[in-house]
Amino acid sequence: MALPPPDPQFVLRGTSAPVHTLHFSCGGPEPDIPLLFSGSENGLIHVWNLKTHRVDTALDGHGRKSVYCVETMGGKDRLLSQGRDQRICLWDLAEGRTSVTDSVFTEHVGFCRCSLLKVAQGRWLMAMAARSLEEVQILELPSKTSVCTLKPEVGAKLGMPMCLKLWQLSCGSQPVLLAGYEDGSVVLWNVSMGKALSQLICHQEPVMSLDFDSEKAKGISGSSEKVLSIWSLNEQQNLQVYKTHKLVNAGISDITIRPDKKILATAGWDHRIRIFGWKKLKPLAVLDYHTATVHCVSFSDHSNPQERLLAAGSKDQRISVWSIYAQT
Amino acid sequence: VCFIPGGLDCSISFVSHVLGKVCIHGRQKEILGVFVPRLTDLTKSDCVWQRICWRLVECVPDRWMEAVVLGFVQRAPGADVLSRLLGNLVMKNKKAQFVVTQKMLLLQYGHTTAVLQNLLGYLSLDSRRRTLLLRVLQELLETWSSSSAVKHSPAEQQLYISKAILICLSHLKEPEIESCRQELLTSMMAGVKCHLDSSLPQLRRLGMVVAEAISLKINTEGPVLKFEYEEEDETRELKSLLVQTPSFCVVPSLPDDDRSEKAGAALPLVLESSEKSHTAAPVMPDEESDAELDSDDDLIPYDMSEDKELKIKAPVYIRDCIEVLTGSRAEDVDKWEATVKALESLVRKNPAATREVSVELAKILLHLEEKTCIEGFVELRQRAQVAVLTTDPIPVAKYLTSQFYSLNYSLRQRMDILDVLVLAAQELSCPKFHGKTKHSGAQKPCIQLLPGSDTSKGWRRIVDERIKSKTRRFDMGQSRVELASCPNEFNSVAGYFFFPLIEHFDRPLTTFDLLGEDHLVLGRLVHTLAILMYLAVNTVAVTAMGKALLEFVWALRFHTDSYVRQGLLSCISSLLLSVPMERILADMTEELLETQSWLGDVMEKDPDGDCRRLALQNLLLMENLKKKLEAVPS
Repeated sequence: MALPPPDPQFVLRGTSAPVHTLHFSCGGPEPDIPLLFSGSENGLIHVWNLKTHRVDTALDGHGRKSVYCVETMGGKDRLLSQGRDQRICLWDLAEGRTSVTDSVFTEHVGFCRCSLLKVAQGRWLMAMAARSLEEVQILELPSKTSVCTLKPEVGAKLGMPMCLKLWQLSCGSQPVLLAGYEDGSVVLWNVSMGKALSQLICHQEPVMSLDFDSEKAKGISGSSEKVLSIWSLNEQQNLQVYKTHKLVNAGISDITIRPDKKILATAGWDHRIRIFGWKKLKPLAVLDYHTATVHCVSFSDHSNPQERLLAAGSKDQRISVWSIYAQT
Repeated sequence: VCFIPGGLDCSISFVSHVLGKVCIHGRQKEILGVFVPRLTDLTKSDCVWQRICWRLVECVPDRWMEAVVLGFVQRAPGADVLSRLLGNLVMKNKKAQFVVTQKMLLLQYGHTTAVLQNLLGYLSLDSRRRTLLLRVLQELLETWSSSSAVKHSPAEQQLYISKAILICLSHLKEPEIESCRQELLTSMMAGVKCHLDSSLPQLRRLGMVVAEAISLKINTEGPVLKFEYEEEDETRELKSLLVQTPSFCVVPSLPDDDRSEKAGAALPLVLESSEKSHTAAPVMPDEESDAELDSDDDLIPYDMSEDKELKIKAPVYIRDCIEVLTGSRAEDVDKWEATVKALESLVRKNPAATREVSVELAKILLHLEEKTCIEGFVELRQRAQVAVLTTDPIPVAKYLTSQFYSLNYSLRQRMDILDVLVLAAQELSCPKFHGKTKHSGAQKPCIQLLPGSDTSKGWRRIVDERIKSKTRRFDMGQSRVELASCPNEFNSVAGYFFFPLIEHFDRPLTTFDLLGEDHLVLGRLVHTLAILMYLAVNTVAVTAMGKALLEFVWALRFHTDSYVRQGLLSCISSLLLSVPMERILADMTEELLETQSWLGDVMEKDPDGDCRRLALQNLLLMENLKKKLEAVPS
């Protein structure tokens, strides 16, 4: 007899706008407070205190334009945010400051979230969609120098890049980028050489979100249709379709794999969060709390596994936080 | 007839005379039936015979030249044969030139496509004759692009000219096109405009096909003109004329050329994309063996039985529907979609509630525009409108007919009003079925067969076809013979549908002038009135309607647009079928006589074939009805 799905552990209210992006920062040692960063459509970034469940600070740096990506850079004192005002802002939040230290003008008018990868102490690579329709630019942060621009070949008709993921097999190896495009294909790019290694058509509709497990060389992508596509990377660096999973309702906004690679969560247009086992994509739970499209899901980075949380942000302006499968 | 070959001079002028005389007496078939095959064989390789043949035709006296040339052109099995037989006759003889370049192309239009191919191919085969080809093309284009020709010449002639233009274009070479590129362009622009203006779909299609062909020829690189129209036998045949088969055979090249090209182009694309997605088949995962422990087994799934497809609920009350449809909140698009889909059935299930807000609902529906991309939005809206109109006919009909003549509506909206009125009238005049909910298969209003009447089924079929073609709907159900009787709902409201439409047709508004530019809407209005008249059979108002309709037809009987005239003639048919003959003879004797003489005129002199046929049928119908009346003992 299966148990009914759990209720959220708590719900954060107070953004007064649809929530588009979430990022946890709970890995710090005690007495650091676990934090959750959220970006909303009204341009504010809220810093939530997960002990008091209240907003500690609200950051306003994108001129009231929707913020659709937040990431921390090595700890909760440095924050990166991307907004619809075509800017990526770098924040310094140490010691109670709330200032923008730097910003990159991307000239990108779409919704493609940037992707960060730490390559060395204090050095990051960031992949972002550039001004030109099909291009992805890789910048080095914090120097903001351009590493390369990844251009699909002429006539490829990939459309806009929709989602990006930079990764490297181990520290020091070549950084690689996985990019999902508007035409439904996922392309693997070699960043140093600036050329495409492999392309796979995963969906008939634009790829909305993707995530990749570098240990198992397996990735998953979701689209606006009813299918989740799982693909793998073989030794020759070629992408192959591994399997597909049919969903009950169409539309996925976000997919994320938990850091321990055991489960993954999808944010659906049908207001539901779905949990799957990553190994075989076994459906595990359907969390039905929100009353509008769920825009983003994020797993926390707690060092204590028992405390791990899953957060989901939705158009109904709430952030639901769940504790699910934390015991394993 | 055999000739002495080689070395001897002989005069064959008397043979030409005989040939000419025979032809002029109408015996072309017999004599040329013998001559042409024989000459074809003889002239195949022998130059002497060719010259003899040319001399033969050249010597035919002028007064018989036309018959001879006509005969040859019709009988030759191909343009190259014709070229061998006639040589440069058209350059040397004025009469022949006139026949070939003017008479057969512009003044006559009864010849087959094969004859056209012969003629124009013949002109293209010799460099001296090619100047004539260009001249012919220019004159054809002039006719094609003249608006009066498009309006007044019969459809068959226009088809003929279009074919001739396409064949000419297929023969033209690059340098020639270069030289007349500008003229081609100007005539194409002018011609397209008059063709698209026409109310007859066939003429519009003709214009589109020819314009596309011209554009293709003059723009070898860069974008060409592309219209959207339904492919039909006629258009396919026309397009095939553009492609010249190398053997110059008379059979037009099959349209398979086009299709096989496209198939060929599709293949490389398919191959490309499959290369990129390496293996489309899923790689079988290694962990298929059941023996291996699966760490996922630690994770126990929760109950997911509640996880079903998400359905947006449509509102259950009519007033809620109104709120959703008029609401301006952008987030409610899902609800809006669901409302539009559910509206018709809600209206039909709640007649009382609908009656309270019927005019408001009609107004909203008339102005409803597509917010999102729903499949079949136009049909959904129309069905909802019909439902509202049939639930509360009188106020909604008053509203719709008044809006038809108001300012600031688009032509599309006015024609929508007419369509909705017709569909609702059909529904109202159709008997309901006991036991079955009338609208479970609401798609099939049937046209009830009129009882009795000896007149041949042709008239009824004509009207049925008119209704079918006009409503552009799904299929009609089978006409059921046994129908349960119940009061005719259309009876009480027929007048409200009919008279307001007829009232203001001659009053132009700033944006809407039925008698002027908007003759397409006038045509649709006339057809609508014909159908309403037909459906009003057995209603009380039918005689008054008939009288008003007769006056209306009388006022418009000389309209230049053939679509309008066809509508007027179908009005007469409906009138004759619906109004009892006794009433027509009693109340409308003079008008009937005048109409009869007008119909006679149309039957003889109208340029449009359909109009002539309709007029004839109307006259016969009138005769039959009168006879039937006299046969009934009073």
